[in-house]
Amino acid sequence: MDNAILELHDIRKYFPGIKALDGVNLSVRAGEVHALIGENGAGKSTLVKVLTGIYSADSGQIMLNGADVSFRSPLESQAAGIAAIHQEATMFGELTVTENIFMGHHLRRGPFVDWRRMKSATAELLARLELDIDPDAVVRSLSIAQRHLVEIVKALSFDARIVIMDEPTSALSLREVEELYAIIRRLKQEGKAVIFISHKFDEIFEIADCFTVLRDGKYIGEGRIEDASTDSIIGMMVGRTLDHMYPDYTRTQGAPILTATGLSRAGVFKDVSFDLHEGEILGFFGLVGAGRSEIMRAMFGIDRLDAGTIAVRGKPVQIGEPSDAMKMGIAFVPEDRQQQGVILKMKIRENETVPLLKLLRKGLFLDRKREAEIADRYATMLEVRATSWEQPVESLSGGNQQKVVLAKWLATEPEMLILDEPTKGIDVATKAAVHDFVGRMAAQGKGIILVSSELPEVLGMSDNIIVLHEGEVTGRFTRAQASPENVMRAALGALPAEGESA
Amino acid sequence: MSLVVFGIVLCAVIAIRAPRFLDPSNLQYILNDTSILIMVALGQFLVILIGGIDLSVASGIALAGMITALVNHAAPGIPMVGIVALALAVGLVLGAFNGLLVSVAGIPPIITTLGTLSIYRGTVFLFSGGAWVSADEMTKSYRDLPHHMVLGFTTLMIAALITFVLIAVFLRFTRTGRELYGVGGNLTAAKYVGIKLRKVNFLPFLISGLIVGLAGLLWVSRYASAQNDTASGFELQTIAACVIGGVSISGGTGSAIGVVLGAVLLGIINNALTLTDISPFWQMAIQGFVILIAIVTNTLMDRRNQRTLLARRTLV
Repeated sequence: MDNAILELHDIRKYFPGIKALDGVNLSVRAGEVHALIGENGAGKSTLVKVLTGIYSADSGQIMLNGADVSFRSPLESQAAGIAAIHQEATMFGELTVTENIFMGHHLRRGPFVDWRRMKSATAELLARLELDIDPDAVVRSLSIAQRHLVEIVKALSFDARIVIMDEPTSALSLREVEELYAIIRRLKQEGKAVIFISHKFDEIFEIADCFTVLRDGKYIGEGRIEDASTDSIIGMMVGRTLDHMYPDYTRTQGAPILTATGLSRAGVFKDVSFDLHEGEILGFFGLVGAGRSEIMRAMFGIDRLDAGTIAVRGKPVQIGEPSDAMKMGIAFVPEDRQQQGVILKMKIRENETVPLLKLLRKGLFLDRKREAEIADRYATMLEVRATSWEQPVESLSGGNQQKVVLAKWLATEPEMLILDEPTKGIDVATKAAVHDFVGRMAAQGKGIILVSSELPEVLGMSDNIIVLHEGEVTGRFTRAQASPENVMRAALGALPAEGESA
Repeated sequence: MSLVVFGIVLCAVIAIRAPRFLDPSNLQYILNDTSILIMVALGQFLVILIGGIDLSVASGIALAGMITALVNHAAPGIPMVGIVALALAVGLVLGAFNGLLVSVAGIPPIITTLGTLSIYRGTVFLFSGGAWVSADEMTKSYRDLPHHMVLGFTTLMIAALITFVLIAVFLRFTRTGRELYGVGGNLTAAKYVGIKLRKVNFLPFLISGLIVGLAGLLWVSRYASAQNDTASGFELQTIAACVIGGVSISGGTGSAIGVVLGAVLLGIINNALTLTDISPFWQMAIQGFVILIAIVTNTLMDRRNQRTLLARRTLV
């Protein structure tokens, strides 16, 4: 008895160089909570955007109640009864709850807006979900949890039949999560279908009836939650052959060059300790929200540490701002290269020498010749592909932009490199080049911290791996000990497999 | 509203230094004097609401005023109804031009209106040949237009009142009016709920233009002189009136009554500075000072609100 109200067949969506969705199937039934599971980059967000009309699929079928549909805009998707609650609420902060729900389709009496009818309709919807929110409250004054709830009410005002929730609990307290579950159960009772995207296995097992697993944009499998276990799902999430080639330079690890003890920042990460040795690639793995980038930013002096010490070559140091870290020989390649790594409008040459300007001083002016020499040396070393070093960085591909960022930091001749998602959004060829390069740097005796969300990358590159889950270290593995399963398990915060059944 | 309290306190302070301030005739004078500012500021408010700005209002006033004056001089037989229609038509064209550049061509409002500020001002010269239209070149009915009395109010004040009522109703009780708040408040969210952006980006400029047209006629007829530099710098006063009235420059918030109060406050300050015999050179500085205080107070209150927001975030 298959009463699937939404079916997706072989959905594909490609972007230049990236196969975001590469054959996705999905079958959602009314009155059920369907969990959509997959690592970062598996394609979940893209799929939601296709369902809500923000993207159109390149090929494949979407069937709603047995009929073929295609959405060319968010409005069409809404009209078809699909509502999505995104991670960051898209609300009108200065307007009331009532108006947020009715913006775009205000109820009218004749040509005039009928405030009274909208307010009572809102009050009724809120009461239906047993929510204690004032329809006249300005959204700005509500907590994040309440705003999520208002978004759910908004979905109901459209008479949505399918409600998609993207990581709805990331900002909620335990009590609020329970409230959310109650609402989801009520939605089920009303015959709605809920698509629930989450990384948290405890939630999935608590609220979902069935699930679908995506990996690398492909449909991997589905099943009923009651028949599944954490292991079986993790297996579907990660099971793949590591078909990327990773550099295999013989590296001997030398003395510890960086020791971090008890690093903490309230609400973000707690009690993180590790050692970094010369010639070592230390991988940091975790899912979104694990706190890895935040730890690195604190180590580099961008954010503050609430507690913990850092020692460089045995000597405790104080890193209050990035220039302190740079003096210690630390370089930081940030995650968001466009916002934090390069200055888009500046030329390649200029970007590369930004950290070195003090060194390039000749009296009151810049030593242009030396600047050009240095820029040339490192851009060539990294094989940046451009017509000349005078090209503005914004005209380069993502991969080449990342190479410019690396070149810039290498020009500072650091002893330690912190790389935050260095191959994110980069084509395969450049990825391999970056990996090769990192391997060479380590072989030269530099200490490298590699933060990555890509399991194959972390497993293929690292000598040692530290896994983080919600700000705490949940796993430490040497290269020999690490496997896709145990690393992923630690990242999900799930308990170790030995003697434990889900 | 803190603005009203500020206003009352200000009036009290002024009244102490210059008792003549509270004379009913003086208060009426203030209201009359501020009417044009109220009207044009309300148009400006609509544009700021969607996150834009209209720097061309002053030039538009000069142009509309000059055209009506020239027509009135050349064809004194045309009844005032016709002249009013002409003023509105000119304003419509000026506003539509701005609106199309912003909504269709996608040029940012500040750049568009910076351009039209100069274009419209230059066009005044084109029409006038550099000469002014003075009082004796205007018909009596033209010069009398803003001064007719109806129920104790001048036509000028009534024009301001009608503008206020229409805009207030538009903003509160029509879907399009509410959509202005939506677009100004969160453009992405507005797109996702299907608000027609082209319409919402065009309409405020059109309305502002209409108001500017009428205001141009009233200005020139009130001062009985159409000059090439009429209303020079006035756009800044309209923006000041909005900001003092609690309108956020980034759009999405504000109320028509707030703008009116902001304009009235500026009018009061203008009047007070004249009454208390402060040198006109100081007047601009003091006005600027008061505007700054209003903006700083607004910003501080905004920041306090934001902090309570952030506090809620971490209460997880």
